[in-house]
Amino acid sequence: MRRNPALLIGAAMVALVVVFALISAVWTPYNPTEVTPGRLLPPSTAHLMGTDGFGQDIASRVLVGARSCLLVGVVAVGIGALLGVPLGVTAAVNQHSWLGTVIMRATDIVYAFPALLLAIILAAARGSGSTVTAMTAIGIASIPAFARVSRGAALQVLSQDYIIAARSAGTTPGGIAWRHVLPNITPVVLVQASVSFGLAILAEAALSYLGLGTPPTTPTWGRMIYESQPYLYTNLNLALWPGLFIAIAVLGFNLLGDGLRELVDPTLQDVR
Amino acid sequence: MTDDLLTIDDLSVRFPGNRHPAVDRISLRIGRGERVGLIGESGSGKSVTALAVMGLLADNAKTTGSIRWQGDELLGMHDAQYSRLRGEQISMVFQEPMTALDPTMRTGRQVAEVLRLHGGAPAGEARSRVLQTLAKVGIGDPQRVADSFPYQLSGGQRQRVLIAMALINTPDLLICDEPTTALDVTVQARVLELLQGGLDLAGSALLFISHDLAVVSQMVDRIAVIYEGRIVESGTRSQILNAPQHPYTAGLIATADLANVPAGGRLPVLDDFWKRTDRGH
Repeated sequence: MRRNPALLIGAAMVALVVVFALISAVWTPYNPTEVTPGRLLPPSTAHLMGTDGFGQDIASRVLVGARSCLLVGVVAVGIGALLGVPLGVTAAVNQHSWLGTVIMRATDIVYAFPALLLAIILAAARGSGSTVTAMTAIGIASIPAFARVSRGAALQVLSQDYIIAARSAGTTPGGIAWRHVLPNITPVVLVQASVSFGLAILAEAALSYLGLGTPPTTPTWGRMIYESQPYLYTNLNLALWPGLFIAIAVLGFNLLGDGLRELVDPTLQDVR
Repeated sequence: MTDDLLTIDDLSVRFPGNRHPAVDRISLRIGRGERVGLIGESGSGKSVTALAVMGLLADNAKTTGSIRWQGDELLGMHDAQYSRLRGEQISMVFQEPMTALDPTMRTGRQVAEVLRLHGGAPAGEARSRVLQTLAKVGIGDPQRVADSFPYQLSGGQRQRVLIAMALINTPDLLICDEPTTALDVTVQARVLELLQGGLDLAGSALLFISHDLAVVSQMVDRIAVIYEGRIVESGTRSQILNAPQHPYTAGLIATADLANVPAGGRLPVLDDFWKRTDRGH
């Protein structure tokens, strides 16, 4: 961990978001969805980040927003990893057969499909946008990244001596994939998960901004920016806070991913 | 003939893009309990032969001829069926102990895997069988070694673990591909000794692959010399060592004899005995 500032700074930023989410579960300064007459107040000791156009406390909404940001990240990355990693490993194990080719071409097609478009289609199919459609769309869109990364890592693992040794001991292809390939590609998958987490948060903010994500009753950072739009020239305060925390969360997960990558990949350590 | 455990007939292996076959019409027989050495230099096709017997050649290798195991053809056998054979009836020890163990798995579990794969022992007994086998291959503190990850063990210890994995199911045939090349000479002698002991206990036949004539002659009854994918000579150990017929074999034996080299003198090389330019097998 020596001389790996990316890892430390990234972890600290991610920790901040996690702490926000945990605090909001037990306490917020005000009810985050309570409409009060005190509209558009500037930051003060009573309202640390001021209030928005409905008189709702921005600090409370930022705290609660951390929760949905993490929820979306966890579920989207979960969908991406749970489907993408097995697909990638299967493609690697069946590298020379039609199955491997079909899997990778199929993920290429998904790769070419923007998450936004997918979210619009899902929202249209279900009648309206919701947290679930947003999470599903982002999750599906992140499958190709996981599939590609785990296929590459699995191919590298499959060329190792211990794989031939395991096969010579009678391990079946399925056993090789489950017992030897998966544990050995875990570090690489973790790095990808961290990077995808950042992308998922950004995508969720974009979807909420477009009204395709979380419904208005649940505060999210993307939605807060959307609602701040009429006041952008008069009260920058409204967009500043959610924007700042989106930036912190995304940057944090990206730095964490970079730091982990450096920790995992010994060839990068020599470069620095 | 029917006593043969392994019968290789006219085996050829080609890799796409290579003009010459890696293995060229090799025939070899190994009887029950028999110990056979396959000797040759790097790239002579000895490891490819071993992998062909195990059915572990890369997918793009083109194999022709026949490899029969107790009468059953192995070439083209379905992989699931082959998997049951590997590790149970035929097992293999590899050259590189540093990379032949999965770095993410404790060694004890890796040895137990081989047992589990072939339904060897009920869950409760597996651990004690593993510790017993580790002790048999000369590991002083099997408990600690079983609970270690491979990176915590020395090369000699890892090679012993690999031998334990290969012998735990008492296979009919053990294939050793340069098992001591990566070890230093003192450890090498000890490992060979343990291998001998293990084979005696299991009653297994042996196919011992090496470039080192001294090591091979210590382990086997019969020797086949392989050069550029072909077996140029084969016979009993004393035939090969005392009356080599092929100049390549004679050269191998002469280069191994260092007693007559003057101090500070140049070591003999194969080309001193056999000009490769005029070879014509």
